[in-house]
Amino acid sequence: MPILIIKDFFKRIFYNLFKVKKKIKLGLYGPPNSGKTTLANRICKDWTGEELGKVSPIPHETREVQFKEEVKIKHDNKEIDFTIIDTPGIATKIDYEDFLHYGLDVKEAKKRAKEATRGVIEAIKWLDDMDVVIVVLDATKNPYTQVNITIVGNLVARKIPVLIVANKIDLKGANVKRIEAAFPEYDVVGVSAKFGKNMEEFYESLFNLVKKVK
Amino acid sequence: MRLALQFIPYAEIAYLTSYQRVKKLIEAVSANKILLIQGKLHPDEETDLIKEAMKKINKSGAKFKGIEIATFVPKAKNLNFFQSFKEKIAVALLGERDIFTVVGPATIVKEIKKDPTKLELLLRK
Repeated sequence: MPILIIKDFFKRIFYNLFKVKKKIKLGLYGPPNSGKTTLANRICKDWTGEELGKVSPIPHETREVQFKEEVKIKHDNKEIDFTIIDTPGIATKIDYEDFLHYGLDVKEAKKRAKEATRGVIEAIKWLDDMDVVIVVLDATKNPYTQVNITIVGNLVARKIPVLIVANKIDLKGANVKRIEAAFPEYDVVGVSAKFGKNMEEFYESLFNLVKKVK
Repeated sequence: MRLALQFIPYAEIAYLTSYQRVKKLIEAVSANKILLIQGKLHPDEETDLIKEAMKKINKSGAKFKGIEIATFVPKAKNLNFFQSFKEKIAVALLGERDIFTVVGPATIVKEIKKDPTKLELLLRK
């Protein structure tokens, strides 16, 4: 145990002194339509000039895990090399009829539902591969859902550091405090990924999160 | 419309493997039963339950639409050292008797709302 503490201490000193570039796998998780891809696009656009994936108002737009490597983020004279991994939204139910309200025909809706179920399974399988995870929640919605609790519970069980992002703070009805109250043990940062609002605080929280990686 | 509510005491699932536990729950929910389970699932079991629900949606040709799930955890009690010790032994022997998990088929249960003192099940017409 003392050896581990000393090793960890020197590792941190070395990292901080020489600003060693680390490769960090950063996963974006959350329920459907919380803005995971919008946030992934914002991060990738800020640091590589390119976006990662397509966004849509129809839930389950991201139905496959998509990632971008070598996203080098700089903050406070430090640089960290991230692989940004955008995952499909996790849900406990998927009904193709819900997609019909967005103008999809039955065939398209059924196809989307089928792909979405596979996407949920894929997202769960990827949990084990992450170094750090951002749980993206829609700040206008009730955070006390079992999906949110299940995602955070699984990350805690796997000892993966978690940052909670309360997204869509530009919208009327957004309530960051409600998310903070639901997850009092975690750092919560409110952003508008769509308009790039409060991203500086987000990057600061992200760098603090990376410090927790063992 | 007939609605079946099945109570599953902790003792009934305590000695099952995670795989058996998830299988038992998904089979019961697929039979349109709403389950009231004493205790809660491990986070891994919760994700396994979601994965199995997704597989079931695919296999059923959209007849099965998934699950609604909620765990009801009462507010922490103010216990002294001795009471807390007794409580821990009781939990180790009998499971978390104060905690309940509700799982229902999404075709019947539209939403489960919860607050610190109650669970509300909104059913589909």
